[in-house]
Amino acid sequence: MIVLPRLALSILMVLGFIALNGMMLVYMERKVAGHMQRRLGPMEVGPHGILQTLVDGIKLIGKQYIPPYKIDRPLYLLAPVICFVPVVLAFITLPFSEKLQVRDLNVGLLVIFALGSMTVLSLFMAGWSSNNKYSLIGAFRSVSQSLAYEIPMLLSVLSIVLMTNTLSLREIVEAQSPIPHIVFQPVAFLIFFICCVAETNRAPFDLPEAESELTAGFHTEYSGMGFALFFLAEYTNIVVVCATTTVLFLGGWKGIPLPFMQYTGVVWFLIKLYLLVFVMMWFRWTYPRVRIDQLLNLSWKVLTPLALINLVVTAVVLKII
Amino acid sequence: MEISADRDGNTFYLNMGPQHPSTHGVLRVILKMNGEYIQEAECVLGYIHRMHEKIGESMFFSQFYAYMSRMDYLSAMAYNHGYTGLIEKMAGIEPPLRAEYIRVITVELNRISSHLVWLGAYLLDLGAFTPIMYAFDDREMILDLLESITGSRLTYSYFRFGGVCKDIDEDFIRGTRAFIKKMRSRLKMYDTLVTKNVIFIGRVKDIGIISQDMARRYGATGPVLRGSGIEYDIRKNEPYSVYPEFDFDIPTGSTGDARDRYLVRVAEIEQSLRIIEQALDRLPDGPYRTEIPPFIELEPGDCYFPVESARGEFGIYLVSNGEKRPYRMKLRTPSFSNLSLFNELTKGYMIADAVSILGSLDLVIPEIDR
Repeated sequence: MIVLPRLALSILMVLGFIALNGMMLVYMERKVAGHMQRRLGPMEVGPHGILQTLVDGIKLIGKQYIPPYKIDRPLYLLAPVICFVPVVLAFITLPFSEKLQVRDLNVGLLVIFALGSMTVLSLFMAGWSSNNKYSLIGAFRSVSQSLAYEIPMLLSVLSIVLMTNTLSLREIVEAQSPIPHIVFQPVAFLIFFICCVAETNRAPFDLPEAESELTAGFHTEYSGMGFALFFLAEYTNIVVVCATTTVLFLGGWKGIPLPFMQYTGVVWFLIKLYLLVFVMMWFRWTYPRVRIDQLLNLSWKVLTPLALINLVVTAVVLKII
Repeated sequence: MEISADRDGNTFYLNMGPQHPSTHGVLRVILKMNGEYIQEAECVLGYIHRMHEKIGESMFFSQFYAYMSRMDYLSAMAYNHGYTGLIEKMAGIEPPLRAEYIRVITVELNRISSHLVWLGAYLLDLGAFTPIMYAFDDREMILDLLESITGSRLTYSYFRFGGVCKDIDEDFIRGTRAFIKKMRSRLKMYDTLVTKNVIFIGRVKDIGIISQDMARRYGATGPVLRGSGIEYDIRKNEPYSVYPEFDFDIPTGSTGDARDRYLVRVAEIEQSLRIIEQALDRLPDGPYRTEIPPFIELEPGDCYFPVESARGEFGIYLVSNGEKRPYRMKLRTPSFSNLSLFNELTKGYMIADAVSILGSLDLVIPEIDR
């Protein structure tokens, strides 16, 4: 009967982590953006504006629910939930350290990608049900973008799977004990990380929400908690993809033991994770947005062939060795 | 789901504006779309029409000054210059040389600030958030400089018939020289960060190509015309004020795409810096204003006086019947003609390109609707 308390504790911890982490990431994004743009970012609420996102969250909770005219109500209400739930579920199998993992599934990698590909469903539902043409275009874009980028993403991961012979995330981390996979698979890492940026709809691939073209794309018509859920899901999704990248390529929790600390695994994992998150933020505040055809060309004409070649080369090299 | 579409079911209409982040004002464009592709783009104007021409006909000449800066709020100095030049030409007032130099300096500073706003806003349209902060940071220096002599930061009414309102001082000259130095180093930064960026080039190269014939047909002026390779600048072709005394080039493009228009504007910032530098070096001493009668009365007749604003040719055509107020005033504004290119330009392009093209035309909506 240890299962039930463990489950309850896991859910609590994951939800607590997501909520706190979401708030911290929003704060971090605003600070990073601010300092890149020669300003300070939020400074008013709390020391250095540290409570800004908390106050923003309270504001969003207090907002009135304003459904637009002639919406498809069930889909409209369900979309933010469907966006949020799979992202939370992905935390089941993410190993934060050798001990800190809810369940080590033997198909962990598959679960992560299966849950990750559900996001596009919710974006399309949101865009379709909002009765807004901008939202609809955003929804179309998100579907084509997601389809295009999942293929090179999975292909680049396959080469890792070939090397480790397992889909369990824990075993993948264990497999890169002395040297992380990024050393052997730099191309796969690049492809995977670019696809991660595209999958999470972050700039320069933020086409479904492109505010200068589509005002806000699929979430134009959402306010209050609906918007907040999309927002939280986006930031949690960033954590999930960055954590997956860390596990697959950067050696997960492995690292030099830090002095004066008992659980260095978590620390190393979080350092690598937030480094990747910072790189994603760096992209966003530096680059202009690509166009939809350029985005698809990049995937179909560059990344997919490159990932295929990488896979074949990996397979051949492994066979020879 | 309600979509106003054509009967064949392949096209739908998308209303871009009057409230849209990248129309930069109350411009409304009705887009007939086939998926992401634009088939027709109909611009709807008039949301901010204020009848400036009619107001001009009902006022004494000096009263109309303030309205000049409310049209193109980004290059208000050039509009001041146009109006002042016209009345001085018709009334035969000769401003002192120092005043003309001060005018050129302030107009060129204002042109740089206008181009900086455009630079930031254009990149914002393309999805890059950061450059606008740097552009506005540079612009802030210009606004502070101009505020110190004109008293206003955006809608200047600095010029007077027969001179300028207030003389420039040593602080202004020193500040301007410091600005020139800073701006030159900043231009290098923009070049490495923006001009050579692969994504940026992909978004502007071969987008919205204006052929020379097309530019002439629509009466495009300013950087939009020069981007197509036509060397036409009022400052050179129909010189006014003391512009003939300065050594500067007219940057031109070759293909006429959005990238050429971008490069022309960035090059114009450098040329304006050159003009300001020369003007500061040769700034003559003497009065900054001549005495003129309180009420100007023009001889019966008509006159057209064009100047080069940041967006192109701004001209006033004025008919006087010898009274204290003009009989007819016609304002020729550059963005109005430049916008008329939009429909032909965007056909077959995507909505993201339409945003890029609209930004590359550098529109100021209150000037279109005046």
